[in-house]
Amino acid sequence: MTVTVLPGAPRRARRPRGAARRTAVAWLFLAPFTVVFLVYTAIPTVAALAFSLTDLRGADLRHPFAVDFTGLENYLRLFQDQSFLRDILNTAVFVAVGVPLTMGTGLALALALNSGIRRMRGVFRTVFFAPVVTNIVAVALIWQYAFNASGTVNKVLGAVGFAGPNWLDDPNLTMPVVILLGVWRNFGTAMVLFLAGLQAIPQDVYEAASLDGAGRWQQLRRITLPLLRPTTLMVSVLLTVFYLQVFDEPYLLTNGGPLGSTESVALYTYHQFGVGEFGMSSAASFVTLLLVMLVSAVQFRLLRPRA
Amino acid sequence: MTGVRRRSVARPLLYGALVLCALLTLLPFVWVISGSLRGLDEIRSDPGAWLPHHLTFGNFERLFATEGFGRFLANSVVVAVMVVAGNIVAASAAGYALAKLDFAGRRIAFAAVMGAMMVPLTTVFVTQFVITVDLGLADTLTGIALPSLALPLSVFIMRQYAMSIPDELLEAARIDGAGEFRIFFGIFLPLAGPAVATITIMSFLNSWNNFLWPLIVAQSMSGYTLPVGLAATSQAAAHVTDYGLLLAGAIVVMLPVLVLFLFLQRYFVQGVAGTGMR
Repeated sequence: MTVTVLPGAPRRARRPRGAARRTAVAWLFLAPFTVVFLVYTAIPTVAALAFSLTDLRGADLRHPFAVDFTGLENYLRLFQDQSFLRDILNTAVFVAVGVPLTMGTGLALALALNSGIRRMRGVFRTVFFAPVVTNIVAVALIWQYAFNASGTVNKVLGAVGFAGPNWLDDPNLTMPVVILLGVWRNFGTAMVLFLAGLQAIPQDVYEAASLDGAGRWQQLRRITLPLLRPTTLMVSVLLTVFYLQVFDEPYLLTNGGPLGSTESVALYTYHQFGVGEFGMSSAASFVTLLLVMLVSAVQFRLLRPRA
Repeated sequence: MTGVRRRSVARPLLYGALVLCALLTLLPFVWVISGSLRGLDEIRSDPGAWLPHHLTFGNFERLFATEGFGRFLANSVVVAVMVVAGNIVAASAAGYALAKLDFAGRRIAFAAVMGAMMVPLTTVFVTQFVITVDLGLADTLTGIALPSLALPLSVFIMRQYAMSIPDELLEAARIDGAGEFRIFFGIFLPLAGPAVATITIMSFLNSWNNFLWPLIVAQSMSGYTLPVGLAATSQAAAHVTDYGLLLAGAIVVMLPVLVLFLFLQRYFVQGVAGTGMR
């Protein structure tokens, strides 16, 4: 590996050979990542697109030649399937309600923690971030325990004179409970991102504003929120992409039930996979990918002027 | 911040609201601790009680004696060790190359890292499963660990960190005639400690809490990781209302990460705040 560089030797003359060697060495460094990327991301994505255009079923895995190319038939079947359309609606509701709730909670807590308080600040941040790292299978069980018909939540409601409903068996109530779980699990992520955004705002802007007689509320509306806009956009896109793929919460809490009231697109994908309809499953999964790419494209457009 | 100090009336209100929010956030943790310490008969007779009448550790004993949680725990640890080791090696090397080496295809490689972060697991799990079956790795711990061995998030963290290390340090060694591997191991890695720590934490978190993929790959109880084992236990007919047992299982699953989090919070927050992913 030792390369002796003679003093005054013309470096340019060596470059072609050196560049090829540098490239080889660099790709050697990248080899482990590249292998995993090709085998588990690149090839599966292309293959999923191919699968979605065939009638591949689980039983065909040992007889690949029995599989027929069916063009867009899976996609046509998908959009004629009432349960898939319902699942798109469910996912849209999860995003449309969950994203603003998660962001609102995260922003409010970030503002509170950034308002100049010192005492207990670290404790609060730890507590609010803890749900982010807590295992979702475990948390879903806790929610089933708390929200079942005779659980702790209804015990409290009963004590103050309300007859608690059967939260996880009533198609009108399951979605709110599932969304609440999603918000509980994710608001800490929004909070730390907002905190980072808030700390990037220079303090002298506020000093100038209060010299001019601007109150706290005015400072929030005229300074903080506008300057926080890039963070707000980033968090909203991040959560949207995340919630478009929602699987864990509805799978663990209700398995999409009752009556499909909480089945998401990702859960539909999983259920189709479970009954061996690999072609349909891949087509449904591509709908998710297209939505995610669409949202990401919007993100890049919106964020470009700043960068 | 002079405007803040004048409004001393608002301060107690703010603290009151924060304490209330903190208590609400912590409620599930209260429920899981109290529920896991209640016996089966007590849960049957008074399912909604907030506190145990008689403390018992019987649920934890049952988990390990008859429900196979010892095996699930060992499986989770083995998978996590593979994933963390893989990420440290793969991400350090890849992040270093992306940030510090000038070579043909660098932009493509970086685009691959960013693209890999975007592709939803739901899009690729069917084909990933077919590949895993073809490799003969269905129902194995290796099959569970493999797709996570080089997480794009880890590569991204290392690449961002490497960008902050001045080129002059490496350039000096290069002029002295050191090879790229000596520069990587001798100069770069010793400086990359904080990034390695963040990668260790984030890939451990990812591996320990991973659910959908192990759920698909593991097909027999002997191959379950903790989250899959817990979900399977809760779906077994015999346990439908056996909440004491299930909540004890929940504690076993969540405790390791929460303990790590309490001690190494900085790295968790950095890992999430730096990228917004986990």
